[in-house]
Amino acid sequence: MRSLLRSLLPFVIGVPVLLVVQEVMPPRYFLWVVAIGVNVVLAVSLNVVNGFTGQFSLGHAGFMAVGAYTAAKVSLVLGGVKIAMLPEAVSDQLAFALALAAGMGTAALAGFLVGMPSLRLRGDYLAIVTLGFGEIIRSVIENMTSLGEALGLQGLPKRTNVVWLGVSALATIVMARRLAVSTQGRALFAIREDEVAAEAMGVDTTGYKVRAFIISAAYAGLAGGLVAHAIQMVTPQMFTFIRSIEVVVIVVLGGLGSVTGSVISAVVLGVAIEKAREFEQFRMVVYALLLVVLMLLRPQGILGTRELWDLRFFRRVPRPRPLAVTPGGASPTEVRDEGGRGGQA
Amino acid sequence: MTELLQHLFNGLSLGTIYALVALGYTMVYGVLKLINFAHGDVYMVGAFAGYYLGSVLGTDRAPNLGKAALVTIGAMAICGALGFVIERFAYRPLRHRARLTALITAIGVSFLLEFGFQLNPILRAPIEFPPGPSPRFFPALVDLGAPFDLLGATVSRIDVVGFAVAILLMLGLQWIVYRTRFGVAMRAVSFDSQVAGLMGIPVNRIISGTFVLGSALAAAAGIINASARPRIEPLLGLMSGLKAFVAAVLGGIGSVPGAMVGGLTLGFVEEFVAGYTSSRYRDAIAFTVLIVVLLVRPDGLFGKGRVEKV
Amino acid sequence: MGFRRALVPAAALLLTLAACEKKKSGEAAAPATPQAASPGAKIWFGHVGSLTGGEATFGDSTDKGIKLAIDELNGKGGVKGMQLDLKTYDDQGKPEEAALAATRLITQDKVTVLLGEVASSRSLAMAPIAEANKVPMITPSSTNPKVTKDGDKTRPFVFRVCFIDPFQGTVMAKFATEKGVKKVAILRDVGNAYSVGLADYFLSKFKDLGGTIVNDQSYKAGDQDFKAQLTAIKAKGPEAIYVPGYYTDVALIARQARELGMKAPLMGGDGWDSAKLFEIGGAAIEGSFFSNHYSPEDPSPRIQDFIKRYKARFGAVPDSMAATGYDAAMVAADGLARAKDATGDAAAEAIAATKDFPGVTGVITLDKDHNAVKPAVVLEVKGGKAVYVSTVAPDAPAPAAAAPMTAPNPIPAAKPAGK
Repeated sequence: MRSLLRSLLPFVIGVPVLLVVQEVMPPRYFLWVVAIGVNVVLAVSLNVVNGFTGQFSLGHAGFMAVGAYTAAKVSLVLGGVKIAMLPEAVSDQLAFALALAAGMGTAALAGFLVGMPSLRLRGDYLAIVTLGFGEIIRSVIENMTSLGEALGLQGLPKRTNVVWLGVSALATIVMARRLAVSTQGRALFAIREDEVAAEAMGVDTTGYKVRAFIISAAYAGLAGGLVAHAIQMVTPQMFTFIRSIEVVVIVVLGGLGSVTGSVISAVVLGVAIEKAREFEQFRMVVYALLLVVLMLLRPQGILGTRELWDLRFFRRVPRPRPLAVTPGGASPTEVRDEGGRGGQA
Repeated sequence: MTELLQHLFNGLSLGTIYALVALGYTMVYGVLKLINFAHGDVYMVGAFAGYYLGSVLGTDRAPNLGKAALVTIGAMAICGALGFVIERFAYRPLRHRARLTALITAIGVSFLLEFGFQLNPILRAPIEFPPGPSPRFFPALVDLGAPFDLLGATVSRIDVVGFAVAILLMLGLQWIVYRTRFGVAMRAVSFDSQVAGLMGIPVNRIISGTFVLGSALAAAAGIINASARPRIEPLLGLMSGLKAFVAAVLGGIGSVPGAMVGGLTLGFVEEFVAGYTSSRYRDAIAFTVLIVVLLVRPDGLFGKGRVEKV
Repeated sequence: MGFRRALVPAAALLLTLAACEKKKSGEAAAPATPQAASPGAKIWFGHVGSLTGGEATFGDSTDKGIKLAIDELNGKGGVKGMQLDLKTYDDQGKPEEAALAATRLITQDKVTVLLGEVASSRSLAMAPIAEANKVPMITPSSTNPKVTKDGDKTRPFVFRVCFIDPFQGTVMAKFATEKGVKKVAILRDVGNAYSVGLADYFLSKFKDLGGTIVNDQSYKAGDQDFKAQLTAIKAKGPEAIYVPGYYTDVALIARQARELGMKAPLMGGDGWDSAKLFEIGGAAIEGSFFSNHYSPEDPSPRIQDFIKRYKARFGAVPDSMAATGYDAAMVAADGLARAKDATGDAAAEAIAATKDFPGVTGVITLDKDHNAVKPAVVLEVKGGKAVYVSTVAPDAPAPAAAAPMTAPNPIPAAKPAGK
């Protein structure tokens, strides 16, 4: 009961604040907020798989696409419908919530279908397979007449706003944090640290990996639904593997395994990208340079696997550390390779 | 029947390109266990190198066999150097880090090449560099004449020349890998780089050499492809690179003959599926093949099963 | 403990969100309205175009046409005493970027009129945004009917100064039939609303006129290799191939068709119009035909004068994108000059009433669906350029609103293209 209240607290504080912000925010910042909010949801959800569980998934955009298209379809179908007895505005919001929920559901299903066969593979192979699945999802969408084929779906109502983005971001963060401090989370960290040992200790590695995938995919679907209702359209080209890689960059920059790291990184990169729109071409080159330099100099990202409040700056009293298995937690990008052989798929 | 034969020839033309590029992926994976995401972009750079060298040497106005050879060799040299630089500065420092780090770096290098080439030209003369995002026309390097009839199907001469060059290069590679000391050293490093180093093999030099070889082959592929399909743009390597990688996996990543067979196979599969069923699924075919291979037989056609020891 | 854990990320988020309102400027979240007429104020036109990417010449030419129009209008005193200015964003050929660019032009740059896009897919992405914000949008050369019509309803704020594909599709169908061609294969770009729509309209009319479609293949823009599709087409022996795509792909397709030994001419639509078509297509594209909005060989003095002025400014003969861009900007200015006040509704109303406007691509009258009813020209590729062959006027109205593929809406007797 207490933990439930604890999880609700951010919303209790957050929602009124978001409502105020929404009222006073000039409309020109709308796209910025969308970029930041969506990035936060994507990055934190990807972190569950890439960071907590140490699996390298490059197919996040595919799940985003599934969620976006489902939400779009539901919105279009419910477009002319209104729940009697309720004012139209409330009915619209409920329809939107339903669309988002539907998006999360189908994305979760996609996560299951992709995860089941793929998670037998390791490292590089998993990356490639997830990339492949992401592209296949996109290709299938591109060829379905009911989904508008390559043209996609237009005319979606503009429902995404500061409140919805903020609530979604909060929800994703709360989900990730609750997971991190739970038994299931501990299982995920064990899998990240040493999968064979975890299996030997009785952790159902495949089961947990698939579950992480499902959760991660569901929230990616949420992000997709939000984007769709922000720019009022969905096209297959919005969800290429380049999008997946952009999210990976955000997560790696913030630190694989660190939720606050992902949030900070998502905000920083979201702002930077929107600001750099004028210099579209340079933006991607700088992005790429950033990635290379980051990997060469500080592969664990800003915060590694730790959270913001784990930094010495915030700590006054030594506190119990319930999550990391090793002190400080080794980031998957820091683990020393055995050289020579390495693990095989 | 002629339709079938025509598809066969088309598939062959496609497949040789995939094979040449797949060789680079497979060799690098063999020695470094790294999927070099940037390899597809080296292929793209090769095509542009050929374009620039061609304009400098004047092949667009006066195509000529000698100059064509010069352009090809020049592009191969440029890409070889590029491969060397990438390995030396982006991958070597990460040799002892987790594979994930190197993979992400490879992605970064790939983006750097792709988006760097999409910048608007800074240099104007003698060449416009970077080329910018809009596609450019690749003028023929050598004037070969009209397509000819072969058993009912029409074959363009550049495809024949391209195929011949590709075969030559692949035979050359086979010779290097199986008949020279460098090749033996390369195979030793592929097997176990630590022990190879202990045996006195200069591992760093071998790895650099492997990159240079693979990149040179990719450059040749870039020029052959640009000659047959004369539109080049900075994102050229995106799909082709990915498909070539699938070809390498299909053949068994790490296996040189595997890459060649995988490339040709993928070329045929893509051509026949696109020609006889729907051409819409052209790109999806490669990914489907990839997933099927990885789930059913991850070691590919020629790969050896490796057991993971705890 | 949970409170402490939740507090910090929440605080971080709050700070960020709070930072968003630092520049509180009391702007209401109302839709953009044109500036009040005060001396020195400017009217902004916003242009969304593909300045880079596979259709770079489309956006570039259109932009030049618009710029020429704006310069000329400013020279004559502007609109309602205010000078005009242009803000252009590159959408890189992507529909979602076009949507974002349109949003930016409206919310950040406060444009009065949106011009663009050339490609129907991108115009379709922009239309709902123009509608939602009550900003009139004029597309210079998007020909897919869905751009101005959402289902059965005409979009009140979206207009075009060119013909639509139900008409354009019939142009080449009729042309082919008149040349005695009975068997045609189609090769369409499935990634492109324009290509798919145009192919369908052509298909329907060609079959109505008694022809047969022997094969219908597809490709994706940016594909390098079309031989699989062309080989399948070759096996069916068509007398012509209808390729309603964009110029870079069409050029490659022509080359590969010739490489496969196919001699049949290609046919296409206004998406072919670019100098690059001849550069990349070379000898392969010779002898092929396409429908277009205008021909620079038209002897009408209004057109020749426009070509002279454009050449003097930009050093090249304008293609149809430049000409339609020019017309779009002119029609927009004309509408704004007639608008009864400075609101978007008034501007839209005035533009919708455009009648007999003397454009360089023909006399422009907007029908009830906000489309211009104009003739098309058929051009042949000869000697490395497009040579005028004939003009095709729109049909008389078809009885009742039957299938959407027949000739467009009721119009007065066809007027020749500004001749």
